Amino acid sequence: MLIKMAWRNIWRNKRRTLITIASILFAVLLASLMESLQKGAWGHMIKNVVNYYFGYVQIHQKGYWDEQSIDKAFALGDHLTALPAASSHIKGLAPRLESFALASTGNNTVGVLVIGIDPQAETRMTKLAERLQRGNYLAPEDDAALLAEGIAERLKLDVGDTIILVSQGYHGVNAAAKYPVKGIVRFGSPELNKQMVYLPLLAAQRFYGAEGLVTSLAVNIAKEEHVPPVVRALKRKLDPEHYEVMDWPEMMPDLLQAKALDSAGNYIVYFILYLVIAFGILGTILMMTKEREYEFGVLVAIGMGRFALGFMVWLEIILLGMLGALVGIAASFPVVWYFYVNPIRFTGDYAGLLEKFGFEPIFPAAFNAQVFLTQAIIVLVLTSVLAIYPVFKIKRLEPVHAMRGD
Amino acid sequence: MSVIIAKGISKTYDPDGMPVLALQRIDLEIREGEFTAIVGPSGSGKSTLLNIIGGLDKPSEGMVEVGGHMITELSDNELIDFRKEHIGFVFQAYNLIPVLTARENVEFVMLLQQRPKAEREARTKELLHAVGLDDKMDKRPGELSGGQQQRVAVARALAPKPAFILADEPTANLDTKSTENLLDIMAELNREEKITFIFSTHDQRVINRARRVITLVDGAVASDEKRD
Ligand SMILES: Nc1ncnc2c1ncn2[C@@H]1O[C@H](COP(=O)(O)OP(=O)(O)OP(=O)(O)O)[C@@H](O)[C@H]1O
Ligand SMILES: [Mg+2]
Repeated sequence: MLIKMAWRNIWRNKRRTLITIASILFAVLLASLMESLQKGAWGHMIKNVVNYYFGYVQIHQKGYWDEQSIDKAFALGDHLTALPAASSHIKGLAPRLESFALASTGNNTVGVLVIGIDPQAETRMTKLAERLQRGNYLAPEDDAALLAEGIAERLKLDVGDTIILVSQGYHGVNAAAKYPVKGIVRFGSPELNKQMVYLPLLAAQRFYGAEGLVTSLAVNIAKEEHVPPVVRALKRKLDPEHYEVMDWPEMMPDLLQAKALDSAGNYIVYFILYLVIAFGILGTILMMTKEREYEFGVLVAIGMGRFALGFMVWLEIILLGMLGALVGIAASFPVVWYFYVNPIRFTGDYAGLLEKFGFEPIFPAAFNAQVFLTQAIIVLVLTSVLAIYPVFKIKRLEPVHAMRGD
Repeated sequence: MSVIIAKGISKTYDPDGMPVLALQRIDLEIREGEFTAIVGPSGSGKSTLLNIIGGLDKPSEGMVEVGGHMITELSDNELIDFRKEHIGFVFQAYNLIPVLTARENVEFVMLLQQRPKAEREARTKELLHAVGLDDKMDKRPGELSGGQQQRVAVARALAPKPAFILADEPTANLDTKSTENLLDIMAELNREEKITFIFSTHDQRVINRARRVITLVDGAVASDEKRD
């Protein structure tokens, strides 16, 4: 009965109810869209940077990540190649030997990252072969290089041309060699696009003078939520005196920090948005409470307990809020879905600016139930708090006064 | 048997430092089955008196006993329960819950009393029949005339089988025909069902139908006339 009364009371003043619902709808829509776009953009970026190159988890020799020196390379022993047995979430390992080098064609020189890879393991994990624009993918026995598109452009190289690489190898060995360009790959992340040069692992080991050594083992994991158990399993297996097991937030604290900062900016916007909505709802509540004072007086006079009456009014406001949230979510669904399927793609100057900062100018929306749920919870909490006012009023209501209008 | 015994009740309102003496040392006894009108000029204290004997308001002095309960001793929440169980109210206007139908309005008080569903439904039908509204049971107050609304209010007041019904100017907003109609119903309930009615009024037609008339002037009883 209370629920029935609450529901009917909501529709007593249709216009006011619709305005309130519309304002909540608007807030929910805006907040869900912003949140989805933000989550989506970061998810996309992390996927690019993390999954498509670094991997969610890497194993190095202890201290490698801080120094990033090829001198910290380690032998790829059997106890390491057997690691995938440690957890069912590990899909495989991608061994890498990497260091910085100078790449040139005689006239032009650029700094690059030369990475020796196991071509099969690498493409299983990072789908490198699918990024091929021209030419062919590497084979394990090749003595050839795969260039990121940005480097090819800078050095005006194409498939079949020769690239000269110069670096300092393992323990100071001179490393210099030339390789035919076998293929050109393109990365979404501009950062990767202008520095990646791949060699087959054997060729890289010869180049760096590091026979049988690797600098890192990227662990192939399908889903981000599998990261913590995998890290735990690996840490159990590996001697912490010799190896470090790092997940992506540990490897890239900057990325995580930037994400947190960006989220904080959004939270301020949500806060203001909901504050405005809250004042709107409060206005509705104040008017409603004033208008119905006489009616509340009658109800208490004929024997309705203040608690039951307060609960009914509270329920009304919560129902109103939930209605707004529900309609808002229903409206957000297709909008967010649209941007999930058709990512926002920036072009022109703004795209250039984003690329400069290492962002790919594509912003797909995340389609995540949690985003919508969060909005519903915010509205629920908000209305519950605002509904305290009439409940408080009713607690102190004197029927005689209420009915006299004073 | 007396259903109401009030002794020495005074009421002083002091809203903003200007004390108003609304009732002065009133003694009153109402017996079961009475059909009593409380009359008097505006501001003479009629509403205040009804509110106090109905447990809606508390006197500044004096005591009120209703059906053996010393209601002047009850706490606020006990008073709510007391009203729910023992008293039927009919106010001047806007008695009904606008979002409930006539049937639901009558049923509502019995719901508060947690009466079984079958009893509620049977009694609601019976009461709405008694006030001549069989065909308006599923209408909301907004779809009823003022007189019909007051009849629903009487039915609702009767629903919990109260010791008596208090009606504060129940006909003030009604036309002559509706007034007569409502009075017929109240008089019949009084005669047939021995329901005790106490109402305040300015209306001479209503006063004429009363069997006891208590006149208040300046918060004191000026006359008390029985007509049996
Ligand atoms: N809540 C209150 N606060 C202050 N004064 C009040 C209050 N209620 C009643 N009064 C005063 O007490 C006196 C009696 O009021 P009451 O409402 O009982 O008169 P009444 O006989 O019912 O008048 P009416 O015929 O206009 O309904 C009046 O002077 C009124 O102004
Ligand atoms: Mg009055």
